[in-house]
Amino acid sequence: MTAIMAGPVVEGAPHDHDVNEDGELIACVVCDALHTVPTIPPKAALRCVRCGNVLLRSPGPALDRILASAFTTVILVVSALFFPFLQISASGFTSATTLVETAFAFKGGLTTPLTFVLIFTIIVLPIIRALALTWAVMPIRLNLRPLPQAKAAFRLANLLRPWSMIEVFIVGVVVALVKIGGMAKVGLGLAFWELLLILIIVILEATSLCEKTIWRILERKSRY
Amino acid sequence: MAHSGTEKQVLTAREAGLLGCGTCGRVSPKGTTVCPRCETPLHSRRPGSIEKVWAWWLAGIFAYIPANLYPMLRTSFLGREQDSTIVGGVIDLIHHGSFLIAAIVFFASVIIPVSKFFAVGYLAWTVKGRAHISEHQRTVLYEVVEFVGRWSMIDVFVVAVLAALVNLGFVVNFKPGIAAFFFALSVAFTMISALSLDPRLIWDNSTGDGASDE
Ligand SMILES: [Zn+2]
Ligand SMILES: [Zn+2]
Repeated sequence: MTAIMAGPVVEGAPHDHDVNEDGELIACVVCDALHTVPTIPPKAALRCVRCGNVLLRSPGPALDRILASAFTTVILVVSALFFPFLQISASGFTSATTLVETAFAFKGGLTTPLTFVLIFTIIVLPIIRALALTWAVMPIRLNLRPLPQAKAAFRLANLLRPWSMIEVFIVGVVVALVKIGGMAKVGLGLAFWELLLILIIVILEATSLCEKTIWRILERKSRY
Repeated sequence: MAHSGTEKQVLTAREAGLLGCGTCGRVSPKGTTVCPRCETPLHSRRPGSIEKVWAWWLAGIFAYIPANLYPMLRTSFLGREQDSTIVGGVIDLIHHGSFLIAAIVFFASVIIPVSKFFAVGYLAWTVKGRAHISEHQRTVLYEVVEFVGRWSMIDVFVVAVLAALVNLGFVVNFKPGIAAFFFALSVAFTMISALSLDPRLIWDNSTGDGASDE
């Protein structure tokens, strides 16, 4: 991806025209430096002259990746809910676990509140976030007018971003498997490979999503 | 620094008498209360940012102490019960010869949380005082802290998977310990602390050359 520099707004430059149309301005969210926004060529990222933070990106494949990530998250999390994604056996005993059973592992005793933490971080929030992203981004991808409450949906998706921890959970599953390795024979269910697939797709989405770019598109599409 | 000259010329939205949105970057005239693009409340700098950072930071440290003192996991293997703390679990992994996994758990449960306390504390401290590293380096530090914080939850998930999955009668069983609760609290508090920091504050006292000699 090529990086192009936005024009910095220097002292004394006129800024009293409409700051969001011709000669559109954007402020860096990291350092507040003002920039004029040029036409962004495909595959380019507009960077802040002061701190180097990405101001805007050409959307490129980002919309497709967001949608791909949202679809796989919903389908795979839902399918791992009740189907075992791990199975182990030792000395004639076998046991298996589903996503729901794992979320309830802390039930009983002083760790009960953690049950809610798990239900939310690995099941509820990833699904809500995926649905909200689809609601906000799908019409843009299809070149349609945004759906009602599209902005609220996108705001919700960004708010939930740090708290939707399905990919962290998947790494936790791998670590748990190694811990068990010495004591029992481990069988990987289909859902385990599905979870691994989510990990890759979610990381791909995280690296291509530029919140500010989507906001700018959402504003423009809502107007016309 | 080589680009100190250009940095001094840069005009910020605040200096231009405008409001830059901290979420989407849209520029609005002074007096606008809600960003027309993303509909979040507009502030030139988020109010009470540093106070919130310190409050959640302290809460995170307080929760991290019992998280390390109490057992994270109770293992019963062939009838023998054994409690292990976070660090104890890492030592067990080393004894089993799983060095890579021991390193991952140690990194996620000890190195990340502890260095996060130092990093967030340093960033909040240097907003009003002097910094030994440039604004640029502090911005990188801020971004790293924001990115890695949630990965500390790995150990809590490991305990959940072990307790849910390993239920092999007499052979081996796992039960979660109370430390998992404190640890999750600590991770959440520190995440909120880092999220409360308005990164624009890092740049506000910029001298242009990134050093503290002014
Ligand atoms: Zn910047
Ligand atoms: Zn905004």
